[in-house]
This record gives sequence, structure tokens and C-alpha cells, in this order.
Amino acid sequence: MPEWMSIRDTKHKIDNLSAEEVTSSYLDTIEKSSINAFTNINKKAIEDAKYYDKNQSDLPLAGVPISIKDNISTKGIPTTCSSRMLENYIPPFNAHVIEKLYEAGAIIIGKTNMDEFAMGGSTETCCGGTTFNPWDTSRVPGGSSGGSAAALAAGESPISLGSDTGGSVRSPASYCGVVAMKPTYGTISRYGLISYSNSLEQIGPMATCVEDIAHIMDVIAGYDNRDSTSIKRDINYSDAIINDSEGMKIGVPTELISDGINPKVEKIVWDAIHKMEDLGAIWKEVSLPTTKYALPAYYILAMSDASSNLARFDGTRYGLRVEGNNWHVMASKTRAQGFGDEVKRRILLGTYALSAGYHDKYYVKALKVRTLVKNDFDRAFNDVDVLMGPTMADIAFKVGEKIEDPLSIYMTDINNVPVNLAGVPSMSIPCGFADKMPVGLQIIGNTFDESSILRCAYTFEQNTNHHRKRPDGVN
Amino acid sequence: MSYSNTDGIMIGLEIHVQLNRLKTKMFCGCSTQYHSSPPNTHVCPVCLGLPGALPVINQKAVESAMKVGLALNCEIVEQTQFHRKNYYYPDLPKGYQVSQFDYPIVSNGKVAIEGEDGELVIRIRRAHMEEDPGKLIHMGSIDKSKGTLIDYNRSGMALLEIVTEPDIRSPKEARRFLDKLRNILEYLDVFDSDLEGAMRVDANISLQGGDRTEIKNISSHKGAERALLYEIMRQKNLLRRGEIVTMETRHFDEARGVTTSMRSKEEEHDYRYFPEPDLVPLRVKDRTEKLLQELPELPDAKKERLISQYSISDMHAKALVSNLKIANFYEEVASEVNPKVAATWIADVLKGELNYRDLTIDACKVEDIVQLVTMIMENKITDRSAVEVIRTLLDSGGNCMEIVEKKGLVKVEDNVVEQAVDDVLGENKNAINDYLNGKEQSLNFLVGQVMKKTRGRADPMIVRDIIANRIK
Repeated sequence: MPEWMSIRDTKHKIDNLSAEEVTSSYLDTIEKSSINAFTNINKKAIEDAKYYDKNQSDLPLAGVPISIKDNISTKGIPTTCSSRMLENYIPPFNAHVIEKLYEAGAIIIGKTNMDEFAMGGSTETCCGGTTFNPWDTSRVPGGSSGGSAAALAAGESPISLGSDTGGSVRSPASYCGVVAMKPTYGTISRYGLISYSNSLEQIGPMATCVEDIAHIMDVIAGYDNRDSTSIKRDINYSDAIINDSEGMKIGVPTELISDGINPKVEKIVWDAIHKMEDLGAIWKEVSLPTTKYALPAYYILAMSDASSNLARFDGTRYGLRVEGNNWHVMASKTRAQGFGDEVKRRILLGTYALSAGYHDKYYVKALKVRTLVKNDFDRAFNDVDVLMGPTMADIAFKVGEKIEDPLSIYMTDINNVPVNLAGVPSMSIPCGFADKMPVGLQIIGNTFDESSILRCAYTFEQNTNHHRKRPDGVN
Repeated sequence: MSYSNTDGIMIGLEIHVQLNRLKTKMFCGCSTQYHSSPPNTHVCPVCLGLPGALPVINQKAVESAMKVGLALNCEIVEQTQFHRKNYYYPDLPKGYQVSQFDYPIVSNGKVAIEGEDGELVIRIRRAHMEEDPGKLIHMGSIDKSKGTLIDYNRSGMALLEIVTEPDIRSPKEARRFLDKLRNILEYLDVFDSDLEGAMRVDANISLQGGDRTEIKNISSHKGAERALLYEIMRQKNLLRRGEIVTMETRHFDEARGVTTSMRSKEEEHDYRYFPEPDLVPLRVKDRTEKLLQELPELPDAKKERLISQYSISDMHAKALVSNLKIANFYEEVASEVNPKVAATWIADVLKGELNYRDLTIDACKVEDIVQLVTMIMENKITDRSAVEVIRTLLDSGGNCMEIVEKKGLVKVEDNVVEQAVDDVLGENKNAINDYLNGKEQSLNFLVGQVMKKTRGRADPMIVRDIIANRIK
């Protein structure tokens, strides 16, 4: 039976069996699974595992399988962004994080499904079909890193990497009952991450426990001179794994507990905050007044970036090509057939927002909102160590329920996008269940203060049992 | 002399300069030395625009751009920023060009050139950095092409686009400005004009009473002058007939020497500029002091120094400094022989012979010219022989002394000349009489006869004096 394993558990199992057997049992689980969490399997995974069996090492992730969101470039392994456009694209180079994982001894087990080009919140806009939520396969896993979260929840890989542009690791972590962190902007090199919105996104670790998030961060975070937005900082994340939040100051932003929140979710989140109080933390209400403008500002900026980032997919050099009698026709046909509806919608809206006459009205204004949102967070962190609230206002919705109404999906990330606008770090951890579906607690930290988040999250996790529950059929 | 500019010609130039003396491209580590390499061999994920690849600013390119700015008397911006210029074209691998928009690296400069009526100051509006696209190679002619190949070796090369104010008033001034600019860029060692695609020019031109047109992608200075001459004629004809000159972009057909319409104002691209989110704004102004100190002596300063240090004429100094290698060559020669004579021979003779053969000064050795000038100074060869030595050096190589000996160009001794004059005068009584009767040409005949007897090694001016003295 598939099981949830931490890095520690996995290494223990490798010691008792072998990396080959552990990897092969994951591949077996993936093979038999019907949740469609993966786009491609690494054909060399077993070979890599055998190598680690022969060369026993004490590397931090020696022999540990990891799944990778399909927008992170893996040399020799297809990297499709779940798009027809890149169905046959095999990168000739590794992303910075992939290099780091290999150096740490990890085994790339496969690539996980996602909303096409990371544009979506349900992992339904994928060329290879929807990923289903392991807790209830009639529901979505969240997104866009839904494949990664579902793979963890279904015991198909112990750890995973996703990416978060506007909640894309936190939304699926919340819906699938796992842990994920979006670090401070600049903490993890984006080199090799296929861009959706460059100034908003970060690669984020995903796992079944808080400690693993810190371990993965220790492997993948750090300065990379190939990413000009990468920042030099020397932090040991595992040092923040402390089961003690005595005296920590928690702010609860009233705006994050919005009118549209599911009352069961609201209660679970307040219970979590009170639990932290029982554990010695102090909480108070704070306000992030500008966050009500964050969602439109976020979408204008993200779509503007996207319209430009996705211009390179024209059928000329790689990926899909639909022939035409001249270059422009070829490029148009390729883009018409290669991109799905949601991607086209965002390219069109982004192009519109950047066009002469609208640029100041939309793009420039959105940048101003972004500054105000950042100021809100700065002000809040003058008084508190972390902010807490629900990651998502509701539990996972049904497959197909919102797909015809894009705005309703955009709205689900309302608590996530302010974090990306501000560039601050944030984590989602399981904090309870509503209607048998997981609910995520969002813990937001000040810029570069992942340590406070990890400490709070670890304390909460070690003193609660929410993370011990599993979907049916998973140990 | 004053220039009236009766047509109200206003010309502004946009010059794209490839900073091809850099070792690596603008945003990646690929080598810039691709000019003799097979296609698509100087490429990487970044300059091919592969998904996930990110640009990193080449700091040397930034400093080269700043040096150009300082040489053009520009202001350096506090903090510079890159923007994306979005448009689709197969040579543009990302579907956008990383360029600059409202924070160009340098702006508000000026350059003095020799205008139609004395010194003319051309204001520089701005200069900004950007990346070069790849290169399209059409198989067969452009209209009947079987296909198009793309070479991305050029993709990502650092470009500097220099934009002037519309201060230029004639095609000749445009060409002089371009020559001056090229000269300055070569002095700065940021640019090698001999490489293909090193400098491309767009010219904006309007006449009194008409709108402005832009002529795109002119590849030579001569081409710029011709394109502008044609465009002035075209616009003048339109205006004379009472028609209007519309704002449009035109293409210069180098082969036919004409400009043709490419697109009208309505069809202009909306490039949807926005800040390049993969690059952070760059503080640059604090490097100004360091770069000012690294700035070499520029053409105008060198000209003034040559005039005062070597007492040479303004005209010679100008000719020498218009090519840095020639100026350096001259100074090496001048350190060993009479600088004035050296200037005459290098600026008036050698430079012309090089141009005629499309050679650079590298074809010539300092020691040869030193020897040559020495022989001229010591009266050992005639001017005519000296020219022959230079031509032979350039055409067939060898060294100066060998050529002089092999060709028997050493000037004959005076007594040999005297003897020859005696002989000729003895043999040509009629000619002497003709001369004495006022027939000037007879003297030329006699000189010719002496030259024949001395096999051309006598100095004809001296021979002339001797004969004239003897028979007067």
C-alpha cells in the first residue's frame, strides 16, 4: 500500500532495502495510480537509484526520490508545462534546483502535472487531463502545482518541487493536506523554471511534514549568478526546526478571513490560532487594507509578464510546429493549436494591459498597488513575527465545477496573491478537516524570515495530529 | 561661406553599433568571435531563448556603453534599467528584444563635426543598450526563396543604439557625423568596423512643409549619404507638385539607390515596452570616475596634440587621426625621422595608396617608411621613386632598401647629371634654338632627354634648373 514517508523515513527504508527498491515501489504506485499526478516518468530513475546503491553516501538526499513540477527544466527528461506546445520538448540543460538536487543525491522520479504553464488553480487546464484529489477523486487538487500535491497525498513520491506565482504551491497543499512553502522572492534561483510571471514566482518545496521543507530548502536555496534576481544569503533552514513558539507574536489579518469564507474553514483556522496561543504564542488582529486590490493587480501584472514570456513559443526552434505557407501563418497556427483556452485568455489580457493607451491605466496602476500591498506587510511586520489565516477560503471544489467561470477560480487565490506581490515567504500546513477534506493554515513571514514560519509551523505540527491523517488507501 | 539650407532639411540618425570588441555577448557567456564560424555554433540556452533560461548583464558591455557616452559628452544615468520590446520575428528567439526605454544608460551629449559652413554641433539625444537578433539567410532570392535559414550566432550580441537630435542639415553632414562617430568608437576600442553588421543606420528626414520619414537599416556611411540624397529628391518633388509627404518607414534599396515604402504610421508596431523582470535596475553612475580615467585620447585631442607636438599642418593632422592605427603608425615613424616630412608622406601618399588598394596600415611596416623618409631627407631618391617604392611595398611586399636597389632607384650623382646635360645639349642644337626663340616646350623635351640618359634617376626639377641656367 502506498504510504507517506518523510525524508528520514525514506532514507531509513533505503538503508534497510535499497534505493532501487524504494524507487521502484514509487514507480509501481505511480503506474497503478488513477489520479494522474504525473506527466512523465524519468526513465533513468532506476538507473540513478542503482548508482546510489553502489556508491553509498551521506549526502542529504542520497537515493531519495523526488517529483518535480513539469515547468522546471530537467535535462533529458521532457518538460512540458502540461501544454501541447511543449509536449515533445526535452531541455538540454538542468534548472539550478535540479543541479542542486542531483548534487544532494536525490533521484528525479518524474514530472508532475500542472495547470498549463502554471496558469490556473485546479490542475484542470492540462493537455494530459486533470489531476484528481486523492482525498476525493471527484474534487480538484488545487493548482497550479496540483500534480505535486496529489503525488504527495497519494504516496507517489515523498517530496516534491512546485512553483508559486500566486498561490500555486499553497493552494494544492491546502486542498491535498500537505505542506508547502513559497520562499522570499530571490531565495531560490529561477534559472530553468519556465517563466509565467517572473517577478512574482518562486520555486517552492512540498512535502508531508514541516521538517522536510527545511531540509529541501537547505539543498535548493542559495545564490545563483545565472539568476539576476537571486539574492546572497546564508541561512540554515533546518536550524529553525524548533518545537517551541513561546512568546512568538502572531498577526491575524482581518482581510484574510473574508466574507466568502466557508464557516467550517473559518472555525478550523481560528482553532489553529487558538492552539498556537495555548502553545505560548500571542496573537492579535492586524489589517492589510490594500489587499482588497491585490487580486486585480496581481492578474494584470502576471498576465502582462505572461504575454511576453510566452511569445517565444512560435514553432520555430522547439516544441510544437504546425506548418503554414509562411512564417507568420506557421507561428499563428502553432500558437492557436499549442495553447489551451486559459493560456490564450491570459496572453490576450496581458497584451491588452500593456498596449499603448492602456499601459498606464492597468500596468502602471497595478505596480502602484503592488507597492501599497508591500507597505501593508511591512507595517504589519513591525508588530508581529508571522501572520496567520486560511490558505484557501474553502475546501477543494469539484472537478469541472468552476472551469467555465475563470473568475471564480481566480478568486480562490485571494489570500495567496498578496504574498507574491509583496515577495514575502509563506507556508501552508494542514490544520484540520472540513467535510473530510483537508484545510490549510497559511503562515506568512517577513522578508527573509522563513525561520519564524518554520518554527511556528513545526510547533503546530508537533502538537497536533492533522498531518497524520491519510486519504483512503494510503498508509 | 554660409549654408542656407533653403529646403529646411532636418536629419536625425539612429546608429546601431555592435560592441563587437567585447569577449562575450550582452546577456550570456557565448563568445562574440563567431564571424568565421559555422551557423549556430556560438549559442546557448540564454541567447537561443530556451524556456527557463535567464539573462545576466555583461558588466563590460555596460562599461563600454558608458565610455561611448562619456566620449560623446553625454550624461550618465544614476540607475539604468532594461525593458522588453515585444514583437514577433523569426530572428528574435524570445519574441521580445531586451532593450532600454526610459532609463537609457547615457543621454544629452554632443559631437562637433565639420559642417557645410564650419563647425556644427550635433546633439546626442540618448544611447541605449540592447541585444542583437539572429540573422536570416534566404535560400535564393527573397521573393522566390525556397526557405529561410536562421543563424543565431549573432543573437544576443551587445548593441548600442545612439540617437541624435535632428541637427544634421545635409547628406554630407550625415556622412561626416558617421565617420566621426566610427572614429571615436575605434579609439575607444569597443568596436571593429571591419566586421559584418558592425554598424547599421536608420535615418529620419524631413523637409520644410512635410512630415518625417524614417529610412531603415542602411549598412554603410556611403549608403546613408546616398539614401538621404535620394529621399531629399523624392520629398522635394512631392512638395513641389503640391503633394504631401506622409509619415512612414522606408527601406533603402542599396543596389538601386532608392528608398521604397515599408509601412505607414498606422502600421507602426506597438512594442508594449515594460521593465524586464528578469533583470534588476543597475546603479552605474558611481563608475563614471573610473571610466573617465580609462578613457583614451580621443581624435580631436589627438589632432591638437599632433599639431603642437610635431608642428604639422591641420590638414595632415586631421588625415592622420581619422584612423587610429595610422595615427599610431605616424607617431612611431615621427619618433625616428623628421615628423613634418613623415606626415606629408603618410597622410598625402601612403594613406591614398592604402585606400586605393583597400588595405589597412597593417600592410605596412614602420621601419620601411622610416628608411624611405630617411632616403628622401638625404636626397638619395626622388619623390617619384619614393612613390614607386610605396606602391611596390604594398603590391609585392619586400623591404624598402631591397626595392630601391633592385629597381635601381638610387638617385644619380650630380656629376653624372652634369655629364648627361652636356651630352644632351651637344646633341640637340635645334631644340636649344627653339627654346631661346620662346618655345617653352623645348625645355621639357631637353629635360626628358636627360631623364632618359639617367634612366629616370635624376631629379627632373634640378635637371630643369641646370639646363635653363646653361642656355639662357
